[in-house]
Amino acid sequence: MARRFSVTSQPGFVFLAMLTFFLLYLPVATLVFYSFNAGVSVAIWEGFSLRWYHTAMANEAVQEAALRSAFIAFIAAIIATISATMAAIATTRTPEYPGLTFKYAFINQPLMVPEIVTAVALLIVFSRIKIWTDYSGLGYLIAAHTAFCIPFAYLPIRARLESMDLTLERAAADLYATPFQAFRRITLPLLWPGIIAGFMLAFVTSLDDVVITEFVKSGGQETLPTYMLGQLRRSVTPEINAISTIFLGISVLFVTIFFLISRKKN
Amino acid sequence: MAHAAHHAEAARRKDIRNRWMLASPALVIIFLAAVGPLFVMLVYSFLAKGDFGNVKWEFSTQGWFNVVFYRDIFDDTLGFADANMTIFWRSVRLALITTGLTLVFGFPTAYFIATRQPNKRDMWLFLITIPFWTNILIRTFAMQEIVRNEGIINSALIWMGLIDSPIQIMFTEWAVLFGMTYVYLPLMVLPLYASMEKIDFRLVEAGYDLYATRLQVLRRVIIPLVKPGMIAGSILVFIPSLGAYVTPSVLGGGKNMMLGNLIALQFGAGRDWPLGAALSITLMVIVTAALLIYVRNAAKSGGGAHG
Amino acid sequence: MSDAKTAENPSKSANSRKIAVDVQGASKIFGTGADRVAALDNVSVTIAENEFFTLLGPSGCGKTTLLRLIAGFEQPTAGQILLEGQDISSLPPYARPVNTVFQNYALFPHMTVAGNIAFGLEMLGKPKAEIKQTVAAMLKLVRMEDLANRKTSQISGGQQQRVALARALAPRPKVLLLDEPLSALDLKLRKEMQIELKRLQHETGITFIFVTHDQEEALTMSDRIAVMSKGKILQVGSPREIYDHPAERFVANFIGETNFLEGERTKKGVKLANGVELAVSLPEGLAGKSQVTIVIRPEHARLTARAKTGLPGILRHVVFFGTDTHYHVDLDACGEFIVREQNNRGAAPAFKAGDKVSIAIGENAAQMLRD
Repeated sequence: MARRFSVTSQPGFVFLAMLTFFLLYLPVATLVFYSFNAGVSVAIWEGFSLRWYHTAMANEAVQEAALRSAFIAFIAAIIATISATMAAIATTRTPEYPGLTFKYAFINQPLMVPEIVTAVALLIVFSRIKIWTDYSGLGYLIAAHTAFCIPFAYLPIRARLESMDLTLERAAADLYATPFQAFRRITLPLLWPGIIAGFMLAFVTSLDDVVITEFVKSGGQETLPTYMLGQLRRSVTPEINAISTIFLGISVLFVTIFFLISRKKN
Repeated sequence: MAHAAHHAEAARRKDIRNRWMLASPALVIIFLAAVGPLFVMLVYSFLAKGDFGNVKWEFSTQGWFNVVFYRDIFDDTLGFADANMTIFWRSVRLALITTGLTLVFGFPTAYFIATRQPNKRDMWLFLITIPFWTNILIRTFAMQEIVRNEGIINSALIWMGLIDSPIQIMFTEWAVLFGMTYVYLPLMVLPLYASMEKIDFRLVEAGYDLYATRLQVLRRVIIPLVKPGMIAGSILVFIPSLGAYVTPSVLGGGKNMMLGNLIALQFGAGRDWPLGAALSITLMVIVTAALLIYVRNAAKSGGGAHG
Repeated sequence: MSDAKTAENPSKSANSRKIAVDVQGASKIFGTGADRVAALDNVSVTIAENEFFTLLGPSGCGKTTLLRLIAGFEQPTAGQILLEGQDISSLPPYARPVNTVFQNYALFPHMTVAGNIAFGLEMLGKPKAEIKQTVAAMLKLVRMEDLANRKTSQISGGQQQRVALARALAPRPKVLLLDEPLSALDLKLRKEMQIELKRLQHETGITFIFVTHDQEEALTMSDRIAVMSKGKILQVGSPREIYDHPAERFVANFIGETNFLEGERTKKGVKLANGVELAVSLPEGLAGKSQVTIVIRPEHARLTARAKTGLPGILRHVVFFGTDTHYHVDLDACGEFIVREQNNRGAAPAFKAGDKVSIAIGENAAQMLRD
């Protein structure tokens, strides 16, 4: 019995793809699995228990770090989304003009430089400013997060704008809408899914950041990721699995929402 | 008549001015908290190191000197900074192997997704995106669970009777390599998928029609078509691998430092900020060179830059 | 010979009506230096009130650019555009009492059918009650009452077309601009909409400026047609004028099928290379050159057995088209000539390939070109 010929298939590709998906999820699955361990080991299974979730929830350092992470991510994502929206409008749907390429490169710059480089550069500048101003609050972290969140917020908004039909605004202008009215009644409502998606990406990006936060934070400004990094360098108990699992759940939630929004536009 | 032309020109100028105003908040924020500090760092790389970290405000090339050379503190002889060179070489080597490994696993995976029914592709793509948006620390930690002495690899090997006692993977270059491949794989799959999705399979049919075997079709038709995606994915993996900090510091330990850890060290226990700044700029130059190669390649292969 | 003069009369009568749009020497240049393209090159045209005026030409001829200048989406590089005598060249689109039906309709996807139609009225700040009333009237006018609350993505192409029309008509513009509005529809729907558009223009009494590349559409719908090529208007006239008396080779070629014959100008008309002399009607703006081209439509000639009169030749191909038959004739010394004859049921063609034939040219059938 001859196998049916398929134009698209390549030998071994399906196996390798399946192996990849398996390897991609095996570590995460193990991590989640041991978060429910009753014992203190992250390697020896001693029965099901939620004790580490209780421990993590009751841990004040975790609570504080999680709240700080959420606060920074929220503020940074909002500022980043607003400025990215404005920048996207400024850089799309126009013939080439002097400075357009510069703006485009500048906005995407944080993506082009290794995080560790930005991190130590910020450490240098902020440590100097801290001496000058004596201010050592969350402002530094928020500023740093906002800057690297802008390109992430910018990407989906720009994509959305570019896929938007320019004639819609022309039609609005033709129907007596002033530029401001056309923006409020036509552009903004149609751009909204892109803005939401941009906010989500910016929020998750800020929430996930380790390296820059690690170098910019002052004493007592642990975020959840830097707290976890500190823990990983010490002894590891399933508590960190429990924290990771909750964190993972939040990320999955956000990505799912982002995914659904960006699918809806088609 | 000249009036009309003048009017149009004025409108264009006004539009450009408005566009600068609109972009300015984003530009200012990025300047203050991303681009500007890089210039400050360049200045710092030419200052003398402070006694307890930080810098002294006097011109010095010692930082740059220390990137390559090493002056013995006892007999004042000059030699190559072997430790730095080892770390440089390790970073480049591991980044290149990581890029290769992600390509080996990523190519079939992206191809697999791109050849599913259109309505099922999203689901597979979603499965790739989830790890991508999961915290890098969590993914590194998850990898730690796999490679540690009591981890899955060693347990499985012992269970199968292949080894008696666990082999040390954790805190070796292997662990760093596995970790980086794991962490950066989605960065390879996504641009590869983007260019594979656009493959016109009638070209593949034409290949088969003209007596090409599967391997020949892959080599002569498919790979040339998705080359822009392969280059984009390779760059996207190579850059963060080269500057990796979290993965080598968690999985590699103190012995298997990469460039990122070496830089970080200068701002911590090393207390040599000018050296750290010089190393950072070196890393940035390598990354920029890689990006330029990519841009040139993308331009050559007909604007294959991914979305 | 005096045909060219009589042919001018309809356009004169149009001019005597009140002028809606007056384009004076408009040019539009895109790009600079080597990329410099003149999309419109010193175009002047007047369009009368309540006229169905068509801009006809191939893509890239400048017809859409001219429309966009009138709408205000582009500013002319030189020249003026007057609406009822007022210069509107520097007004933004939202300050011009002119509305557009866009090629892809450009319906707002986040609004309902009624929301789209109400948009212009809302922007003009009309009272709510009036908007409601007008929207209802517009829905009735385009026969879309049942679909008022549908999203525009949930209706068919033909229905979207009607909504686009209603939306543009609702503010009662002085001029309605239509940018190839029927090009996205299939043939049957297009025919329906052609009639619908004529009805709407008749009922509303609004000046329509219609852009198309479809010569048949232009001929069937328009009061007057401007044929454009390479940024210039080559000829303006009624459909009949344009068809029967094309002034230039491009116009003759673009509209309908035509036979071109070269000849020498004489006192009586034109003398062809084979010695036959034909009476011709003259175009406007004819330069005094001696070597000229004349055009004869295939249906304005008749095939006969070889005779003393007419143009002699040999029949090469007989092509059956259902309603009519095309005879391709090789003329002695004058190139190929196509004759079209209506088919009669059951009657076999009188000639076959290889026959020696003559072509009888109808009276007033020959038109001289100015280029």
